[in-house]
Amino acid sequence: METTITRPLSQVDEGHTVNIIRIDGGRGLRVRLTTMGLLPNTQVTVIHNGRSGPFVISVKNSKMALGRGIVDKIMVS
Amino acid sequence: MTDSKLKKITVALAGNPNSGKTSVFNMLTGASHHVANYPGTTVETVQGTCTHGDFRIVFVDLPGAYGLTAFSAEELVARKFIIDEKPDVVVNVIDTSNLERNLYLTTQLIELDVPLVLAFNMSDVAEQRGIVFDIARLSELLEAPIVPTIASKTKGRIALLDAIVAEANSPRKSRTHHITYGDEIEDAIKQIEPLVCSEQPALAVKYGSRWVALKLIEQDSDIIAKIKDNRLVDVVSDAVAKLKIIFRDDPEVVIAERRYGFISGACQESVKTTVELTHTTSDLADAVLTHRVFGLPIFMLMMYLVFYLTFSIAAYPMAWLEQFFGWLSISLASVWPAQAGDWLRSLIIDGVIPGVGGVIVFLPNILILFLAIAVLEDSGYMARAAFIMDRLMHKIGLHGKSFIPMLIGFGCSVPAIMATRILENKRNRLTTIMILPLMSCGARLTIYGLLIPAFFPQNWRGPVLWLIYLTGIVLAVIAAKVLRLTVFRGDTTDFVMELPPYRVPTFKSLSAHTWMRCLMYLKKAGTVILAFSIILWVAMNYPRVSEQSVSGLSQDEVRQAQLANSVIGRVGRAIEPVIKPLGFDWKIGTALIGATAAKELFVAQLGIIYAVSSHENASASTLRQHLQADYSSLVGFCIMLFCLISSPCLATIAITRSETSSWFWAAFQFISLTVLAYVVTLMVYQLGSVVMAL
Repeated sequence: METTITRPLSQVDEGHTVNIIRIDGGRGLRVRLTTMGLLPNTQVTVIHNGRSGPFVISVKNSKMALGRGIVDKIMVS
Repeated sequence: MTDSKLKKITVALAGNPNSGKTSVFNMLTGASHHVANYPGTTVETVQGTCTHGDFRIVFVDLPGAYGLTAFSAEELVARKFIIDEKPDVVVNVIDTSNLERNLYLTTQLIELDVPLVLAFNMSDVAEQRGIVFDIARLSELLEAPIVPTIASKTKGRIALLDAIVAEANSPRKSRTHHITYGDEIEDAIKQIEPLVCSEQPALAVKYGSRWVALKLIEQDSDIIAKIKDNRLVDVVSDAVAKLKIIFRDDPEVVIAERRYGFISGACQESVKTTVELTHTTSDLADAVLTHRVFGLPIFMLMMYLVFYLTFSIAAYPMAWLEQFFGWLSISLASVWPAQAGDWLRSLIIDGVIPGVGGVIVFLPNILILFLAIAVLEDSGYMARAAFIMDRLMHKIGLHGKSFIPMLIGFGCSVPAIMATRILENKRNRLTTIMILPLMSCGARLTIYGLLIPAFFPQNWRGPVLWLIYLTGIVLAVIAAKVLRLTVFRGDTTDFVMELPPYRVPTFKSLSAHTWMRCLMYLKKAGTVILAFSIILWVAMNYPRVSEQSVSGLSQDEVRQAQLANSVIGRVGRAIEPVIKPLGFDWKIGTALIGATAAKELFVAQLGIIYAVSSHENASASTLRQHLQADYSSLVGFCIMLFCLISSPCLATIAITRSETSSWFWAAFQFISLTVLAYVVTLMVYQLGSVVMAL
C-alpha cells in the first residue's frame, strides 16, 4: 500500500488525505508550521498539487497555501 | 452620568489573522478609533472605546497572531502588551468554523493565566457547516466564558460587553487545572520552576513561574535573554538536551502537540460535526482564481483595475485640489499687497500653501488605493494574489504580496510605501520599501517628457522611455536580491499562508480601514512633508538678491538671479566638481537639488535657471532648445537615468520615515539610492563618452 511509505508531501496527488509523520527543517519553520496546525499526527488533504508551483492543502478545516520548499520538508504517510 | 464617574476597563482583543477580530472590534467600538504605536515598537495599535452601563471600556486591537511565540514580531508584540500593560480582560476572538486551529492561541492565553473571554465569532458559518457546540461544557473545560457573535451582522454585542464587565469585576481566581504536557515535560517544569522563583524572583512575579519555566523549555529567545543566572541556564539546557533525546524532537514541538492534544480533547467532548462538507463555494472560486492557467491573467486584470482606479480616477479630484490650492495662492496674493522684503507673504503664498497642497493632493490616491486593498484583503483574494505571485517574487527574495506595492510604485511611491503594510514580515517589508523608488513614478514621467523629445529623434523616443523604465525594474530586482542577501538576510523559502474563505466585505469594515489609513497619512507623513516643503522653500529663496543688482531686469531674469543666489543655487555650484564626471554642470545640479521637493519640479527649476517664462505657451519647446544647445544626447540620457535612480522625493523620504518609524531607514534609502544613481550614471556617461569618441 502506498499509504505506508513515508514520503514528502510534494509527492502526494490531489485529493489524497495523508498523515504528517515529521517535519524536516529549522526550528523557526517547524514552530511556525506547528502554530498554524501543521504538526505530526495531523491529517492533511492535498487540494492542489501544481507540481512546480502552487500547493494547497486543507488542514483542520482551513485551507493553506505552501511554498515548494516546504512541501518537500513535510514527511507524510 | 459624566465621563469621569465611569469606571474604566481596558480590554485587549487577541485572535488569529482572518478570525474576524477587526470586525468584532468595529462592532464593539463603532467609529471611535485612535491609532497609536505600541510602546517601543513600530507596530501600530488601534484603540477604540465604548460605554456600557457604568463602564467606559477601552479596547486595544492586538496584531493578528496564531500563537504567542517569540518567532514573529506580531506575536511578541501581542504577548508583551498582555503581560506589560495587564489589560483587565483579554477577549480572544475565535473563528468558530475553524475552531481547533483558533483555539491554539487560546491555550497560550490560558498558560498566561489572564482574565479571558472567548468570542465565538462567525457562529452562523459554523452552523451552516453543521458544527454544533456544547458551549457550557466547552466553557467549563477552557475555564472562560464563551459568547457567540456574528460581528458582520452586529450580533452578540451586548452579551459580549456583559461578559467583559462581569469578568473584569469578578475576583481573580486561579485556574483549577493547567494544560499538562506529559510526565517528562512536567518533570522538567517541576525541576526548573523552583529555580525561577529563587533565582529570578522578579520574572516569577511578573510572568508566573510556571510560564517562565515552560518558555525556558521551549527555548523562547525573548525569555532566555532575560535570564542572567548561569545555574538556571545550565539546568535548563540540561533538561532540554534530555528531552530532545527522549522525544527525538525539539521540546517546543512536543509542547505544541500537547496543546493540540488538549484542544482536541476539549473538542471531542463538546463539539459535534453533523455534516461533512467537502466542496464549498470557496473551493469552487479557488478552482478558477488560483487556476494555473487563468490565475495569473485574472490577477493581472485585478491589478490593472487597482492601478487604474488609484491613478486614473484619482486624477480628477487631484486636479481639483491642485487647482484649488493654485487659486488660493493667487487670490491671496491679489488681496495681500506685496511690499518690498515681505517674507511672511512669500512664505505663506509660495511656501505654506503649496506645501499643504502637496500633502492633501495625495489624499485621493491614498483613499482609493486603500479602499481597493481593503476590498482585496477582506474578500480573501489578497492571500490568493500573494500565492499566485510568490513563485516569481520568491526568486528575488520577496514575498508574493510585494508585487502590489511595486506596481503602485509606477504611479507614486508614497501610496506604494504605505501599501507595504500588507507585508507581515519586517525584512520583506523593509526591502520592498527600499527598492520602491526605483519603480519609475508618474512624476518622473514629466522629466522624461521634457528631455526625450529634446535629445532623441521621433523613432527613438519610445525605446528610450522603455529602456528607462526597464533599467529601474532591473535595478530594483538586483537591489532586492542584494539587500536580502546582506542587510535583510533571513529565510525566504518558507511560504506558508492561510487561504481564508471568500467573504463579501462589509461597508463598515471597508470604511473603517480606509478612513484610518487616510488619517494616519495626514497625521504622520503630512507634517513631515509640510516641514520639508518649508525648509526647501527657504533654501530656494534665501539669501535674497539685493534690489540694486536686479533693477531693470525682467521678472524672469529676477527669478533666475534669485535662484542662482539662493542656498540651493550655491550648493548646485559647489557640487559641480562632483557631478562633472556625470556630464552635469551647476544648472543641472541646482535643478536636481530642487527636484528633491518633488520630481516634477525638475522641469520648473530648469525653467527658472534658463529664465524661460512659465507664462509662455511655448515654454517647453523653448526650454528644449536651450537644453539642446547646452548638452549632448548622452548627457540628456544621463540626466534621466540619474532622476530615475537618485534620492527619492521628500514625500517619499517622509513616508519611509513614518512607515519604518526610523530616520535611519529613510536616510539609508536616500543615501544608498543617490550613491547608486551616481555610480550607474558615471559608468554610463564615461563608457558612453568613450564609445561616442570612437
